[in-house]
Order: sequence, then C-alpha cells, then structure tokens
Amino acid sequence: MTIPPGAHHTLSVLVENKAGVLARVASLFARRGYNIYSLAVAPTDDERFSRITIVIDVESAPLEQIVKQLFKLINVVKISELAPADSVERELMLVTARADGPTRGQVIELVQVFEGVIVDVGHDEITVMLSGVPTKLDDFEDLMRPYGIVQIQRTGRVALPRLDKSAPRLRAVGGKAG
Amino acid sequence: MQLTGAQALIRSLEMEGVEVMFGLPGGAILPVYDPIIDSPIRHILVRHEQGAGHMAEGYAHATGRPGVAIVTSGPAATNIVTPLCDAYMDSIPMVVITGQVPSTAIGTDAFQECDTVGITRSVTKHNELVMNAQDLPRIVREAFHIATTGRPGPVLVDVPKDVAQATMDWYWPESVDLPGYRPTTKGHPRMIKEAARLILASRRPVIYAGGGILKARAAEALRELAELTDIHVVTTLMARGAFPDDHRLCLGMPGMHGSYTAVTAMQEADLLIALGSRFDDRVTGKVDAFAPDAKVIHVDIDPAEQGKVRKPDVPIVGDCRLVIEELVREIRALLDGGTEQADTSAWRSRVSGWRENYPLTYEPSREGDALKPQFVLEQLRDNTPSDTILVSGVGQHQMWSSQYWRFNEPYTWVNSGGLGTMGFSVPAAIGAKVGRPDRMVWAVDGDGCFQMTAQELVTASTERIPVKVAILNNAYLGMVRQWQEMFYDERYSEVYLSPDLPDYVKWAEAMGCVGLRVEAPEEVLPAIEKANEIDDRPVVIDFRTDAREKVFPMVPAGRSNDDIVLPPAQREGAER
Ligand SMILES: Cc1ncc(C[n+]2csc(CCOP(=O)(O)OP(=O)(O)O)c2C)c(N)n1
Repeated sequence: MTIPPGAHHTLSVLVENKAGVLARVASLFARRGYNIYSLAVAPTDDERFSRITIVIDVESAPLEQIVKQLFKLINVVKISELAPADSVERELMLVTARADGPTRGQVIELVQVFEGVIVDVGHDEITVMLSGVPTKLDDFEDLMRPYGIVQIQRTGRVALPRLDKSAPRLRAVGGKAG
Repeated sequence: MQLTGAQALIRSLEMEGVEVMFGLPGGAILPVYDPIIDSPIRHILVRHEQGAGHMAEGYAHATGRPGVAIVTSGPAATNIVTPLCDAYMDSIPMVVITGQVPSTAIGTDAFQECDTVGITRSVTKHNELVMNAQDLPRIVREAFHIATTGRPGPVLVDVPKDVAQATMDWYWPESVDLPGYRPTTKGHPRMIKEAARLILASRRPVIYAGGGILKARAAEALRELAELTDIHVVTTLMARGAFPDDHRLCLGMPGMHGSYTAVTAMQEADLLIALGSRFDDRVTGKVDAFAPDAKVIHVDIDPAEQGKVRKPDVPIVGDCRLVIEELVREIRALLDGGTEQADTSAWRSRVSGWRENYPLTYEPSREGDALKPQFVLEQLRDNTPSDTILVSGVGQHQMWSSQYWRFNEPYTWVNSGGLGTMGFSVPAAIGAKVGRPDRMVWAVDGDGCFQMTAQELVTASTERIPVKVAILNNAYLGMVRQWQEMFYDERYSEVYLSPDLPDYVKWAEAMGCVGLRVEAPEEVLPAIEKANEIDDRPVVIDFRTDAREKVFPMVPAGRSNDDIVLPPAQREGAER
C-alpha cells in the first residue's frame, strides 16, 4: 500500500457516533466509484462523535466533489482536509515474520533499527509491532520481505493537523501600562 | 403519558400535520396499524407497495407537502425501493415508514427480514432504524425536517415490531438537534452582486429553470426576474409549469426532446442562469459540447451540485426563492444606480426567428389514418380546465405530454424525471388527486407503463378517487421502438405488446372504472367530454394511436445538442 507522495488526500471526518455511520460513509464511496486507500475510525474524547480518517486516491474523483457528497450525509458534522505537509500522520503495523536459525539475529537487528517492539515470539517466527509514518512502515515491510513475512496487519493511517509553529505573541504581563 | 411505540409513531405523524398516508399492512407493521383506527389520519389501502410510494410522491408533487407511505417489512420494503429512488432523484419530500422484524430477530434471517436500511441507504436522503420506542417522536420529527428542508428528499424510518409494542413516555421535541445538518438558504451577497452584474452585461442570456424552482416555491420570483431583465426562460422536464408556457419569454423544454428553440438558445447563449437545475445529461447532451460560449451562474441549495457537471463562473448556494429575490433587488439597485443593461435585442429577434421557423409540429393524420398521439394531447389540453394536473408515465407519451401541453400554473405537472420510472403515472395521479381533490387530474400513460401499475385503479375505485387515465396505446414499448427504428436498423427486438391484449376497456371495468375506447380522430373529443363529466369513479380511455409516430426534435443520446434531429417536415434548410 505504497502511495507516491502527493497522490493522495487525507480527510479527517467528524461524524455522529451512531450505528451505521461508517457504513453510510463507505457505501457513499462505493456508490460513486471513489477509491479508499485507508480508513481508520474510533470515538473521540466527546462520546457523541467519532473521527474517521480517510485516505483517498486523488485520481478517483475530484476532491471537492467527494467532500461535498460526504457532507450531504446527515451524520457528518465536519470535514477537514489534512494536507500531508501540514499534518502528522501515523500508522501501526503488526507483522509476523520468519526468524529462524541464522536469520533470527538479522531480523531482530532490523527491528531494533526501526525501533519496533517484539510482542510475541514463537519457535521460528516473531511478531513485531511497529508504528510511525506510513513510509517507514513501507520500508520496514520491504526489508523484511526477503526473510519471509507470514502475516501482516496495518491499521490504516490516523492524522491530525500540525500545530502552529510561529513564535507566541508577547502578551502584556503585569498591571496597566503608564 | 405512557404510549406504545406504535401509538407514539401515529401521534408523531399527527403532530407533523399528516392528513393522509398510503400503505398496506403486514406482520411486522401490525402493531402500528392498530392505532390507525383511532387516528384522524386518512389511510389509503393500496394494492402494491410501489403504488403507495408513487402515490406519496404524486401527493408531494401536487401539494408541496411531504407524502407519507407505510408498509411492512421484507418484500413490502423492497417493493418501495423504486419510489424511494424515484423521489431521491427528483428531490421529492417523502417519509416512508417500514415495519421490521423484532429487534431481537434482526440479523437472524428471520421470516420477512431484510436489511431495509442497508438496501435503501443510497436511495434515501437519510434513513434510520429505530431501536428504542422512546426515540420515536424525535426520529419522526427529524425525518420530516430532513425530508422537507434543504434539498428535499425521501427519508425512511424502519420500526422493529417489538419497538412498536414497547411502551414509552410521550413527549414532542420542540426542536431538532442535528449537528451535521445545516442547509444554507441565503445566497452569498458578493456572489449575488457578481451575478447581477453578469446578467446585466450579457447579450445572449438564457434562464435555465429546473425543478428546484418548484421545490423552493420560487415561480413568482422567477417571473419577476425574467420580466425585469427580459430574459427568455427554458423549463426543464421537472420545471414544466414553473414559468407559464403562454408567457412571451417562455421557450419550453430543453434537452433530448426539447424544442429546437430551447435547445439552440442554450447552445448559443453567452450566459446561462441555472436556477435549481442540475445539468442532467438529458439536458446537456454531450457535456463537452454543451453551451460552449456560455458563462454560468448556478443557483442551487445543494452545494454538491455546484461544479458536479459544469464549472460555474458564479456559484450561489442557497434557496432558489431567496436567492432570486435578492438577485432581483440587486439588479434593481444597479439599474437605479445608472447601470445599463446590455443590448439584447439582436438576440431576442434571433430567438423569435427560431420560434417561428421551428415550432413543434407533427403531420396530422389523413382520412382513415391511425390516430396521432399528439392530436389526442392537443384535444385533451384544449378541453380540460387550465389548472388540470397532468401526470405521465415514461416514454414517448411523456415527451409528447411535456411538449404539447400548455403549463401555465406551477404544480400542475407530475412526472418521473431523473429515474424515468414506468408505472409511475397511475399511482402518482391517485396521490395528486388525493392532495388536490378540487382539481381535475389526468394521467397520460403508455400501454407498457399502464400494465405495470394499473391495479392501483382498484385502490382508486374503492376509495372513490376519480382520476382519469388516457392510455396512448400504440401496441409497443414505443420509446424503445423509436430507438430501434432510428439506431438499430428497424430491428424490433421484444417491443411489440399487442393493441388489444389486454382489453383495456374490460380491464378498466373490472377494476370499477368506466372504460372507453377511441380509434378515430372524431371520437376523441366526445370521449374526453364524457370522461370530464364522470366524477364518482376513475375513467380509462384506450386511445388507439399510430405506432410509427416518433418524438421530435431529438438529440441522440451522447451526441452534442448541435446535432438535434428535427421532424421530417422541418429538416430541409435547418440552420442556425
Ligand atoms: C421500470 C422501467 N423499465 C424499463 C424502462 C425503459 N423504458 C423507457 S420508455 C419504455 C417504453 C415505454 O412504453 P410505453 O409505456 O408503451 O410508452 P410509449 O413510449 O409507447 O409512449 C421503456 C421500456 C423504464 N423507463 N422503466
């Protein structure tokens, strides 16, 4: 699931936390022929709402039309586009890889380089948890492949806007001037 | 006060001012049918749930109020999917209540269970499965709010049997709380200013009025705008009646079977003022070649319509009536402030030229020839009250109806535009007559369409709803036959129906209607007059019409509007 940079859009969609809302969103995409790359959903801190992070293929439809159609769903409260440059994106992956005999050491070394965590160990396989930007996960996947990937599960990405980096404005401190 | 869910549901419909609903009971909806006995709401028992849906639509078309249908679970719910899709495509406000198996049985493939909410998700504006009786008043209130505001549409409420049987504490929500639903109704002032300037500056403007005018009750405002600026108006299939056909500025219907003048005026325009219209492919023809020189002002309540098909130069999201009124004010202010309107006289004389040279025509039948469908329509038009509500099915008869009628009042044309649903007219006419009992209601139907839902005339007879049906019986699926004749080398595959099987007169009589048959031109008027006099039961007239007659003008599907095909008599020397 490697997406060339710039070929996708990430939408952060705040929806009412009601039964069937995810199905509504997914079937809207299916019905209009838009492609979903990845989709992650979970409740927010406010239990009335959930946040869906949808990564879509820019080729499949004009973004503007997707957003407008999505916004027509009654349970969709807010939609923000997260430009890749202006947002932080993370993804989590669990991967079970072959790690037997002579390769075991090399696999573990790779996991350490990528700051992964070994969460399960079998006779000749290990399961690793790795989180980070999606491209890091892609790289890890590529490097692991020669050793033998048994199973892999990625969560799809979640994202939030980047925070304002400009210097804080000086606030008046103390009593009245003059 | 404690009520059952069923009582609360009916009570909620009463609170919404529902006066009539169309439906048919069954196991899952049984508890809801019980309190109907004690309710002032009139229930009309249909013979097929598709009929209930189209009746609700016909009612909504004619009255502007939401139509209500109520049916049971499973096959009843699937039977109403077509009307839901129809209402969705044509933005018809409608609320459908479906029964559902008990919530404990949902997901078990129980008898007559079907995933109604899943099936109807993409053909409703919104739908909801009620899991708690306590939620019913709120959900009903929201359903009506959603169905009737913003861009109207159908809403479905699915009620499990046990939820209808459970008890709840009655309340009526004072307001709706839908954080994700806030339709924009007022247009952006800067855009309205820009639109006003553009309108006054253009030399070849055309107003492209769509069904949204009727939904927004904007016919008056439209007329004011057109007269103030002297700009011609085309009315789409869904907008027929939104601007009077007899008005000097009315050009009639554009599109695939539109008038030459309407189609060509749009093609040559330098400005299209699209009001509540959605650039449907049946209007635009090949999109890339549509109105190539025109700038576009697009007014629509649905933001997703802006730029969906054609990128507007001035997009205005808002209620058509409010926006047009603002626009008129703005134009007046500009004119008062000394801005002059560009000279449109050359354009207006070109349009008049087309109108004179390319009127709608057909060749009248000669002595002994078969009856011409267009002649039947002209006779019907000229011998019924001017506020008659005309309902049609889908096919050639629909296009002739739109072409040859003179719609001079809004809400007199009831039609299936976006979905093009055969079988729409008989039940929709019944719904329209229920909503407007004071009006004469005529359904013009094809013989193919009629056979799809004719059984609803049993409903009409039983309920004493005196609609009148004119079948233009050409013994064929006529519109398909026309395409086969023109584009498939006259290879008529599976379109012949037979003129006299069924015997429409006997069928009508069996359903409690008066049945008449007309074969010759001189019989047309007496039959219409006779039908007009009958007011205690439905009437069906079987007009035997010429099977070879075709609908012209025609823009072949997928072609540019420049390639419009004229009727044979006008083909020589056609030029723009
Ligand atoms: C439910 C449905 N099925 C099929 C069609 C395709 N279709 C469009 S027009 C038409 C023929 C209609 O024939 P008829 O009712 O006899 O009317 P006519 O064209 O002869 O006036 C057909 C089959 C449709 N629009 N709707």
